[in-house]
Amino acid sequence: MPNKTFFWFFLPTGLAMILFIGLPIISTGIQSFYAQHDQVVKEVKKCDPFGCTVSIVVDNEETSKIREAKPLGKFNGFGTYTDRNHLAVEEIKKFWDETESFGAFVDQVTNLPFYKALIFTLTYCLFVTPNVLLLGFIIALSLNAVARKIRGPLIFGTILPMIVTPLVGSLVLFWMIDSQGIIGANIQNLMNDPYLSLKSSKTLTWITIIIYGIWHHSPFAFVVFYAALQTVPQEPIEAAIIDGASRFQRIKHIVLPHIYPVVTFVALISLMDNFRVFEPIIGFSAEGSAQSLSWLIYDNLVNEEVILFGSAAATSMMTIIGIAILLAPVLIRTWKEFKTAR
Amino acid sequence: MDYGLDTKSTRLKTFNTIFIITWLLIACFPFIWTFWGSFKVRADFFSRSDWWYAISAFNTLIETGGKFTTNAYTQAWTEGEFWKASKNTIIVTVFVVSISLFLGTLGAYALSRSTEKYAFWILMAALIFRAMPHITLVSGYLFPFFELQIWGILPTTIVVLVAINQPFTLWLLYSFFKTVPKELDESALIDGCSYFQAFRHIIMPVMWPGVITAGLFSLMLAYNDFTVTALLLNQENHTMVPKIQSYLGTNQHEGNLMWAVSAVVSATAPLFMLVMFFQRQVISGLTAGAVKG
Repeated sequence: MPNKTFFWFFLPTGLAMILFIGLPIISTGIQSFYAQHDQVVKEVKKCDPFGCTVSIVVDNEETSKIREAKPLGKFNGFGTYTDRNHLAVEEIKKFWDETESFGAFVDQVTNLPFYKALIFTLTYCLFVTPNVLLLGFIIALSLNAVARKIRGPLIFGTILPMIVTPLVGSLVLFWMIDSQGIIGANIQNLMNDPYLSLKSSKTLTWITIIIYGIWHHSPFAFVVFYAALQTVPQEPIEAAIIDGASRFQRIKHIVLPHIYPVVTFVALISLMDNFRVFEPIIGFSAEGSAQSLSWLIYDNLVNEEVILFGSAAATSMMTIIGIAILLAPVLIRTWKEFKTAR
Repeated sequence: MDYGLDTKSTRLKTFNTIFIITWLLIACFPFIWTFWGSFKVRADFFSRSDWWYAISAFNTLIETGGKFTTNAYTQAWTEGEFWKASKNTIIVTVFVVSISLFLGTLGAYALSRSTEKYAFWILMAALIFRAMPHITLVSGYLFPFFELQIWGILPTTIVVLVAINQPFTLWLLYSFFKTVPKELDESALIDGCSYFQAFRHIIMPVMWPGVITAGLFSLMLAYNDFTVTALLLNQENHTMVPKIQSYLGTNQHEGNLMWAVSAVVSATAPLFMLVMFFQRQVISGLTAGAVKG
């Protein structure tokens, strides 16, 4: 296709992506270097028969004037990145000097908001992704052994958790697991502990969200694996059966190598999706004990007094860098393949 | 696997059946339970004394005189203004689907027929864009949108959702157009058609299977979106998902929890029916990128 024709065909979608994906990333980058204005304060002298007192109040008029003149805020350089709510450089230095053991230091650091969120996000990715691959593969194998006639409805039932939005999915589970729900109440009875509930412990909350993640993402892995299983050639499997290979050996030596590229694809997609975990935290109302990077940004953006654009932008930039690190191996590999293909 | 040589022992078959039934229970029961519970009163579905009330409908009988009640639905749809939210969702979904298909088919067709190096780089860029968490993009939008005073209205959200949706649509339709033989449109070009004419007369009639799949995914994205709609729309224009969140209230004991339950059912039912109808397309779409390479 000639370049000129290509240009006109591609212009609308290209424009949409540049304007609403490319530019916002740049806008986020710029915003991250600014911080909201401080409030202007003034001294007010108040005199009454008993004498004069000087009090300091916020000058709302002046504050809003400054905000209007420079809506972006004041220039802050890398200040937002290094403050307590983000990388917390100074705090970490202080902890390093003050704490005696390494364990205490780690404890202190993981209590800082950004690191807390980073650790939750990574833990979530680390536990959800491999389990999604495994469960998805087992379901695919198992459904593949069922008679063809009843597979349709079974597949429909299997993909339900995936097609609902994460907020709805987590709510539906939360209403069951909560102390007043069917599962929660029964577990309380079983354990004989009326105070046992999702919110009572951080570990329980984390486990619940991770289980939710596996429940929500496994159907996707299942669908892809199931389709890939249909393309596995029959002859080698029949040969293996004649040679006396066990079921497990057949899967390990024939099926898995055949669908290997698909496994990397699923792993990549589910890693990307898990890294942005956010809605389940709202659905399970787990803000107290589990915060992810995306949730931190959301929290800044719905801040009631002043929207913390700078703070949200700084977290966003660091999230984007995180995504870049995750994607780098794949991109490098694709590029190498592309170069050798030429 | 269903091969003639492959004989399965009875034990394996039983095990397999048990596994599938367990999994289906885990996958579907939460939805069935929520559907059931949406016809009860709050004291039953969120019973503090006895979870069995949700089945025996103890409080529902006392409060409404019947075992099932549709109060939650009628209240959420009228008082809770869920009708407005569903109207907004329909507007957003229809526009997002049609615009993103229009842009996506043109772009993906061009990508699939280009042999230049930049086509590869565009696809890679789209992959990177696909990986961006939506909330990071939203944090980029908010400030400029406030300044331009286009925050809170439906058209802005529609355009944003179209753009966010483009990378995936492009990839999906790209791999679809790759399966349409080049010779088809090339012969039209030789006969003197321009590329646009070839697209209009040769490609358009055969592209519908791919377009339906891509359309379904755009629909699911627009219908299910929470991040963008919750932050870019004002209260008045909220779509269904942010509306459900607003029913939850700030903590468990405020808000109208039963409204949220009935709203969840109302929002999920159309989606389930759609997927039931188009199951084949959804599955082929999910596997398009993966299986073909």
